[in-house]
Amino acid sequence: MIRVDRSFLLMALIFALLFAAPFVLPLIGQTYILSLLIKAMLLAIAAISLDLLIGQGGMISLGHAAFVAIGAYAAAIGLESGIENILVLLLLALLVSGLFALITGALALRTSGVYFLMITLAFGQMIYFTLTSLAPYGGDDGLTLWSMATFFGSDVVQSGGQLYLVVLLTLLLVWWGVHRLGNSRFGRVLRAARDNPERTEIIGFSVFRYRLTAYVIAGMIAAVSGLLTMQHAEFVSPSLAAWQRSGDLLVVVVLGGLGTRSGALLGAFFLVIVEEVLGSFIHEWRLIYGPLLVLLALHAKGGLSHLLLPVAAPARTGMPRTSEDNAS
Amino acid sequence: MSLTLLLIQCLNGLQYGTLLFLIAAGLTLVFGVMGFINLAHGVQYMVGAYLVFAFHQLTGSFAAAVVLSLAAALLLGLLLEYFVFRHLYGRDHLSQVLATFGIIIFLNELAKVIFGPGTLTIEPPEFLAGSIQLTEQLRYPVYRFVTILAGLAVAVILYLTVTRTRVGMLIRAGATTPEMVSALGVNVQKLFMIVFGVGAMLAGFAGVIAAPIFAIEPGMGDNILIIAFVVIIIGGIGSIRGAFLAALIVGLFDTLGRTLLIEGLELVFPPSFSNQVGPALASMLIYILMAAILVVRPQGLLPAKGAA
Amino acid sequence: MKAKARFTIASLAAALVTSTALFSAAIAEEVKIGMVVTLSGPPAALGQQIVDGFQLALDQNGGKLGGQDVTLIVEDDELKPDVALLKAKSLVERDEVDFVVGTVFSNMLQAIFKPVIQSDTFLISPNAGPSTFAGKNCNPYFFVTSYQNNQNAEVSGMIANEEGFEKVVLMVPNYQAGRDNVAGYKQTFKGTVADEIFTPLGHQDFSSELAQISTADADALFTFMPGGMGVRLVKQFEAAGLGDNIEFTSVFTTDETTLPGQQDAAVGFLSAGAWAPDMKNDANQAFVSAFEEKYGYVPGSYAAQSYDTANLIASALEKTGGDMSDKDATRAALEAADFTSVRGSFAFSNNHYPVQDFHLLEVAKRDDGKFWTTAKRTVVTDYADSFHAECKM
Repeated sequence: MIRVDRSFLLMALIFALLFAAPFVLPLIGQTYILSLLIKAMLLAIAAISLDLLIGQGGMISLGHAAFVAIGAYAAAIGLESGIENILVLLLLALLVSGLFALITGALALRTSGVYFLMITLAFGQMIYFTLTSLAPYGGDDGLTLWSMATFFGSDVVQSGGQLYLVVLLTLLLVWWGVHRLGNSRFGRVLRAARDNPERTEIIGFSVFRYRLTAYVIAGMIAAVSGLLTMQHAEFVSPSLAAWQRSGDLLVVVVLGGLGTRSGALLGAFFLVIVEEVLGSFIHEWRLIYGPLLVLLALHAKGGLSHLLLPVAAPARTGMPRTSEDNAS
Repeated sequence: MSLTLLLIQCLNGLQYGTLLFLIAAGLTLVFGVMGFINLAHGVQYMVGAYLVFAFHQLTGSFAAAVVLSLAAALLLGLLLEYFVFRHLYGRDHLSQVLATFGIIIFLNELAKVIFGPGTLTIEPPEFLAGSIQLTEQLRYPVYRFVTILAGLAVAVILYLTVTRTRVGMLIRAGATTPEMVSALGVNVQKLFMIVFGVGAMLAGFAGVIAAPIFAIEPGMGDNILIIAFVVIIIGGIGSIRGAFLAALIVGLFDTLGRTLLIEGLELVFPPSFSNQVGPALASMLIYILMAAILVVRPQGLLPAKGAA
Repeated sequence: MKAKARFTIASLAAALVTSTALFSAAIAEEVKIGMVVTLSGPPAALGQQIVDGFQLALDQNGGKLGGQDVTLIVEDDELKPDVALLKAKSLVERDEVDFVVGTVFSNMLQAIFKPVIQSDTFLISPNAGPSTFAGKNCNPYFFVTSYQNNQNAEVSGMIANEEGFEKVVLMVPNYQAGRDNVAGYKQTFKGTVADEIFTPLGHQDFSSELAQISTADADALFTFMPGGMGVRLVKQFEAAGLGDNIEFTSVFTTDETTLPGQQDAAVGFLSAGAWAPDMKNDANQAFVSAFEEKYGYVPGSYAAQSYDTANLIASALEKTGGDMSDKDATRAALEAADFTSVRGSFAFSNNHYPVQDFHLLEVAKRDDGKFWTTAKRTVVTDYADSFHAECKM
């Protein structure tokens, strides 16, 4: 049980630091860092949802950024049409992303492994190109939003207000919710289906239905990240749905440690901090970042959370398998 | 649309298709034989383009640059295999994705540092520079004809190698039952190196012949990599014949789709609208095609024989 | 390995603290100018000209503008709206600059406009001049030192009438400036437009568009393909042998940024613009020779406009004595445009867009083997854009 405590301790420490940041940083004149932290937290929310798919469900998606973009655009289009209440926009984002996940998930889950990866990529690209063709909403150029969402008329959910705390609370809620989901019967069935779909099916669970549910939940969480991304950047563009963004999310999750409690968070903060710190020292920071990823892939099995908490091994040993492994 | 325009677009589609085939062929072999997802395959295409540029500057001869580039691309492939990929064969796909993603980031940035962030261009050699008169109004550049022929020639050579030689037999066997091949005492390590080197060289060759047509710039391999993955998924992983068929389908589908869709939309909508929506729809076509094929035939059009 | 990784994280955290401490220490009295331009991809040369033009003005004054020490921070927008936004935000929030100079492309300008303007920072565009901010959305913090996007195309339409073209094909990249150019051309051109082709921004392979053009049976092509796009287009236009049947007219497609790549293929091609390197005023001849000596290439309109931008800022700083706290005084000083432009006559309209002369330009080969554009004749004088009446400023 000590192992559990240690990983919880790490998370408690991270959240405590994040809660302290808005009080400490302005004192030393570093409000810019708050903006960076918001960026990292938004990335973490999307990464946690992707980890639910990959870490728990064994479904490697390369189209997850599409859901972030759907959330952002649904909210942005809502705003442009005069809806200002963030709760209504949230509902809109959840509805659209959930519906899209339901339809594409039902088709994509007919495949598995690499084929699943490619079909999710295909759906992601369709969203990307659809967004580029939305001429009334900026097309390729993206759309600057001149008025932002409010919370019943209050600017508490805007950059000028308490957006930092809103994002932090959302992150906490999402992290806790996905963690609880993983420990529930739903999570156990999902993992069982990942490790042995045939057996799970025989026991009497519909693997397809469980996977589809997870896919829809993950899509909706990513859309929440998208809504808040729009609120933070005050700008949306199709690049939110670019396949490279989905690749970044994948890297964050793998880098952090698949299916671990802290992985997605650590990965997201690692990415943002490395970019900012390396970038401030050397303009060509990618020359260091690239080989760093290679080294981590070669030597750090289990990701960053495994490096930080060597004893607290991931709840399971195997990595998600793909159809080729199953087939052979 | 006139018949001559259709003809030109078919040629363009064919040219794009053969280029895609050169990239997809290496990707599908590496994927099929070793079960290895090599995201860095696209960046090897970029390296080929930069190599031919650099060697052309050095030697002043296009032919010499092509030969040197191919050798250097092969060398780079073998080095990557030795230092990185070899250690990842037994690992899960996600580690391979992470490592090869790191290589993409590194090589893209390296190209930017060495050659600058801007676009470089290289002229086709003098004797391939002109154009052929097709009809009264239309000409087609000689160089593009030559790239089509080069792509077709590589396709034939690859096909004969895979179906008629011992290495080809091992590759086919490796693509379907890798355990059996090693159980029979074949030096799998060496086989993997050969397949990998050839794959890298093919990607480099694609970059070399694409260099005079497209602009040479950092990141030029990223999007074509994704299209190449679409090709090998449509064609069936590990299948050269499948990759060839799928590359031509994707090339023609994409090129013809672009013109036909926009022309079709223009009949109904004003040009600024159809030009906004048309390209987006056209870019989506190949993904819609892939999704549809995956739903109906999850193993692709021509899967490597015997694969489950 | 594990110990090493822990060390890495600890040192990263330490590095973060140090680097942020550096930021705060850097706040000093000098004037900070942030620049957001495109330095990657096919149009990289355009952004480079803007950087070089500005740097030349700085160097000529010993690193000062209007007597004030200047720090110039250059950022690359990579021609991606989201990247441009991020860079502009960090310039305004982290570096707390006094002026932002940018961008090359109109869609990048639209991305950075809000965060820069809302932080009450002056935004001066050395090139992009979209219609979006020229009319009712004009802004007290926004200035354009180049032109309004439609203007060059409007002048091209006038030239087409003068040259007697009856049927033309229009081809532009599908973004704000592209659409502005089509609208501008159609406003003045009296003949028929046979076809309108919109390509993606950064388009490389024009083979299918050229096939379409060659079957359109037109007198001329009018196009707007800045940077590498223009190089590709002209070369492929030549390779496809279209030059015999169709006149090639353009704006920002055959200029000093693209001519080194196009070379003889572009000689004789016509375009329209407010400036050419051979213009005969003293300021311009001094600028062009100093520029060529320093950077070894012929400056284009991008460099000239950027040079003008630096001198505009210098004139404003001179008047305010470098006091950036009084925004109204700085604005009034900028509006006066009290500097010697390399374009000869230069003034701001009420919407902060320029009022200037436009000329017919033609590509020529110089005696030293380099290529440049030459001003053939003046088409219109003191030409203001068609949106300024809508601006309530």
